[in-house]
This record gives sequence, C-alpha cells and structure tokens, in this order.
Amino acid sequence: MSKEKLLDIEKLTIHYVTDDGVVCAVNDLNLSLDRGETVGLVGETGAGKTTTALGILRLVPNPPGKIIGGKIFLDGENLIAKTESEMRKIRGNKVSMIFQDPMTSLNPVIPIGEQIAEVISLHERVTAKEALKKAEEMLEKVGIGAERSKEFPHQFSGGMRQRVGIAIALACNPELLIADEPTTALDVTIQAQVLELMRGLKKEFNTAMIMITHDLGIVAKICDKVAIMYAGSIVEFADKYDLFKNPKHPYTVGLFGSIPNIKNDDDTLKPIMGLMPDPSNLPSGCPFHPRCEQAGAECAQVVPANVDIGNNHFVKCVLFRKQEVE
Amino acid sequence: MTEKLLEVKNLKKYFKTAKGLLHAVDDINFSINKGETLGLVGESGCGKSTTGRVVLRLLEASGGEVLFNGEDILQYNKKQMSAFRENAQIVFQDPFASLNPRMSVSEIIAEPFIINKKSMSKTERYQKVKKLMETVGLASRLENTYPHELDGGRRQRIGIARALALNPSFIVQDEPVSALDVSIQAQILNLMEDLQKEFGLTYLFISHDLSVIKHVSNNIAVMYLGKIVEMTDFSSIFKDPLHPYTKALLSAIPIPNVDDDLERILLEGDVPSPIAPPPGCRFYGRCFMRKDICKDVTPELLQVSEGRYCACHVVHGQDG
Repeated sequence: MSKEKLLDIEKLTIHYVTDDGVVCAVNDLNLSLDRGETVGLVGETGAGKTTTALGILRLVPNPPGKIIGGKIFLDGENLIAKTESEMRKIRGNKVSMIFQDPMTSLNPVIPIGEQIAEVISLHERVTAKEALKKAEEMLEKVGIGAERSKEFPHQFSGGMRQRVGIAIALACNPELLIADEPTTALDVTIQAQVLELMRGLKKEFNTAMIMITHDLGIVAKICDKVAIMYAGSIVEFADKYDLFKNPKHPYTVGLFGSIPNIKNDDDTLKPIMGLMPDPSNLPSGCPFHPRCEQAGAECAQVVPANVDIGNNHFVKCVLFRKQEVE
Repeated sequence: MTEKLLEVKNLKKYFKTAKGLLHAVDDINFSINKGETLGLVGESGCGKSTTGRVVLRLLEASGGEVLFNGEDILQYNKKQMSAFRENAQIVFQDPFASLNPRMSVSEIIAEPFIINKKSMSKTERYQKVKKLMETVGLASRLENTYPHELDGGRRQRIGIARALALNPSFIVQDEPVSALDVSIQAQILNLMEDLQKEFGLTYLFISHDLSVIKHVSNNIAVMYLGKIVEMTDFSSIFKDPLHPYTKALLSAIPIPNVDDDLERILLEGDVPSPIAPPPGCRFYGRCFMRKDICKDVTPELLQVSEGRYCACHVVHGQDG
C-alpha cells in the first residue's frame, strides 16, 4: 500500500455563534490521513467530532456555524477555498459520509434503488437505466438482494438501512469516507455484521476512512490510528497499538478506566471526575485541567503544545513536554 | 442462607396487535436473592423492558406469578399494591423524558412523599430531600433548578434519588446508563453499587450492554425474543457461554483491546418478529448449531449444572 497523504487538516477552527455566546466547537484541530488508512475519532458527546466531519465536507450549518480558520487539504487542494459548486462535485464523489441514524438519513418516499442511483447520476455520465443498474450492483455488494431495490426504507430493518447508507456512500468509489457513529443505533449482533461489511468494502475499494465513534472497542476492531478528541481539539494521536498499550494523556487514561471490560474481573470503575466543560465557556489553558488529577498550576494558564513523544505518538499535555526537557 | 426476594414463575405478557398476538414475554422463570442483582440482557425487542414493567405491575401480566417476599403481587388489591409500590421502584432509561420538565429538582424528589401521603411537616420533607440529594451526589445548590438545565448524568441522579425516597427494598433499573457517555456512565454505575451496599437493595438490572451487566450483576439472564435462553452466575457466562445466542452475543462485543483476536461468530439476518412466533426454538433461523429437533420442539430452560440453566436442545444433548 502506498503511504501517500490524502487528507491534511491544519488548525481547523469552527465556531457556532448563538445568542447565548460563541460555542467553540472545534479549536485549532490538526489531523492527517494517508490513502487507504482508517483513523478513529474518539470522544464523548459534545467533543466536536461531528462538527469536524461536517467541516471537512463544508456542511456546517451557517448560520449559526462558521469555519473561522484553518485549511483542509484533500489531495493537495484546499477545500476551504473551494466555491459551493466545486464542493458539490466533491461531496458524494471524492468524499462521502455515512450518517449515524439510518432511520432518518434516508428519504422515506423514494425507493432505495433510486436513492443510490441519484448519487451515481449526479457524478457520472450515465443514463438513468445504467445508474439504476449500478445501484443494484451496489446493493448486492452490501448484502441486499437486487430485487429489493424498488422497496422503501420503512420496509427494511435498522441494520439493512445502514447497509443502504453504506451503498450510497460508496457508490462513486470515494477516496475518503467519513462514518459518523454508523453503528450506534444498532444492536451488537447487527453492529458486528455492519462493521465486518465496512471492513471488507474498505479493503476492496481502498478507501480512507474517518471513523467517528465513542466506542473504543470499535476502534480496536477496525482502525489503524486513533485520535482522541476533547473539547474541540485532539489531545492524543497515535497508532492504534501504541495508544491502547501505552495511553499517555490523562483524559485517554481516564477513558480507558471508565469502560467496564468483560475480559477483566475488575471491581470498581475509575471514572473521570466532573463533567465535560461547556464549549461556550471553555476553561483557560488546557481544557481538561479542571477534571485532571495531575493538573498543576501551569495547566490553567498555558495551552499545551502538541508534542511528538516518538513513533508518531502525539500528546497535548504539559506533563510530556517536561519529560522531554529533563 | 440467601433468601429469595423476588420469584417469577411462568410469567407471560402478550400484546394484541392487528397482525396477531405479540409474544413480548413468553413463559419466563427467574428469582433474585435479597441484596443481589440479576442482570437481564438482550437486544432491542427481546422483552427485557416489558419484563421489568410486568414485575412491577406497570403492565398487567397475561399469565404467571410474581412472588415478592413469597406473596403473589398479581393477586394484590389496590391497597396492597400501593404498599408494594413503596417497596419496589424503577429507574427509567431516558433521563430526558422521565422527569417532569415543569418541576424543580427538589419538587421531583419530594413527590413520592406527597403521593404516598407520608405525614410529615414541610421542613421535615425538605430535610429528607436534602439528605437524598446528598446521597446521590447532587449539590444542594441545584435544588431549585429544572431538569433542562442539567446534563444527563445529573438527571439520572435525580431519577435515582426519587426511586430511593421511600426506602424501597427492590429497584428495577431499566437501562439506566445507556443514554450516558462512558465517563458519566462509570460514575453512575459506581453510585448504584455503593447505594446497593449501603441500603441492602435488590436490583433487576436491564441492559443491552453485556459489559455493563457483567460489572453490576451477581446472576445474569440472557433473553431472546421473549424467552430466557441462558441463566447463570456472572463469571461462568463470560468464561464458558453455553447457548449459541450467548456465544454470538459475546463475540459480537467490540473489546477495547488490540491484542484480541478471538474467533468471531457472525449471526446471519435480523431478529425475527415476535408476532405469532412459530413453534420450536426462537433462535432456530439464526443458529449455527441447529439440528432438526430445534425446528419443532421448544427447548425448556433446564439445569445444566449447579446454578446454570440453558434452553437449548444441542447443549442438553451433549450433556447426555
């Protein structure tokens, strides 16, 4: 596999301007992704994961949302500088998205075959008939019989609908697939089926993927790299094996301590104290310092730099910069 | 000697639908000892929440017995029921929908005292509310706030305080943490464990998440389409699951460990409809161990070894 850089996000900042103040959803976010690689974007509710994804597709609802600054390079081209009509040619074609809720992301009054064909006829020079034919092939690929292409979303179960969502996303063979919690609404046995399907298709199409999730188990299963997100920025980024064996940032450590693990006979969970900060009123310095057990005086004043502690393992925490100096 | 607080015998709950009878809970048996937790686990639509409600008579059962301290509560009259309800409480899944948005935190927690006509002065009641808030870890400055001002974790604490108000001995926990983020989920799970020890509570803990169930339960019952397919103590189910559905469920859980290369069992298809189910094993259509007998004969929940029960022809066949 070639190690060619596909996506490079530099200092992305997205704010929502509301009557109650400015919500800093994404702050100075950096992330890069190679071709065919899967990165897991992990964080809790309100960490800014979905906003980041919408930012890449330039779909942040405006108003109230606004991309304040930063650059998003896809294949070397800055998406922020594109016009709306140029973006339309990219969405669903080079970059596509699978949404969280398969119950609401499909159009209830259009047969699923047509919904898949719509993407194809938008981006490729094909007749309506050819588009429908290709849509049926896509359905077969995701494990739904072509004869069901005339059926409507309500005739399918949640897992099947998410398969349709995947077929739509992959119809134009995108270079980058953004999956926004694609299995959160599904039962575990169905989730296992859908994840297996995604893993197989990703290999077949050699698609790079950003997997947004709050479930570290899913990350362990299908990602290559992991980015842990907290209050709008990535606090730790590493290779999957590195991060799971050797988590550094206090928030990552806390996240692992909060998960009841069916493999260990542990007694008490070690939760992170307190709550996620209000994104319209972020604490000064490191946004995690009010909940951090190892926070010192410095943490409230300085926004920690992103430090490479070796092996492409990045941590945004003053504890690690100190270690390097000593 | 452990004492049974709750015993459920041949409990059934059917719903009439236009398409036929929906077998939500179909002839289940289980019991919970005092001070212990039974974890009831299963996927959506398997009847676990219905079980929780029928046990409290929030839904009337279609048949069977629910013995609470040896007495069948399904035969209780209205007066006996209201005494029972003081003793048996429920914490609901959705902390956003289960609290009255027009009542303040202290009003919500005080409501059980008013509904059950506890004779006490206002100051006495206020003292009790304050004590409850402290017990569940709610800061007293929050007493006059409304649910919409609070996050999910705090709201769930209100739900717990309300359930604890009348000193119950039994609480049905209906997916209490599934709407919460993991770091908050861990706080609430720890709180529930502490409260159980402090007040000697007995829980029926309903969840779809096996790792949560494992963390809180003494015994675990796995439900599939209205039936309990396996019931056992908490450790053996994870080490050596018997029923093919339990095996598949366990292997489907993504484990946050990169060294895990377990052989995974992928089930085919979806959960079938519980409306007018065919005879035979409910799991037949998706089972990877099925035999001819499974198609026509419903397997009984039989004892396999001390404390372990399983409803599967194949498992019992192997045991002789």
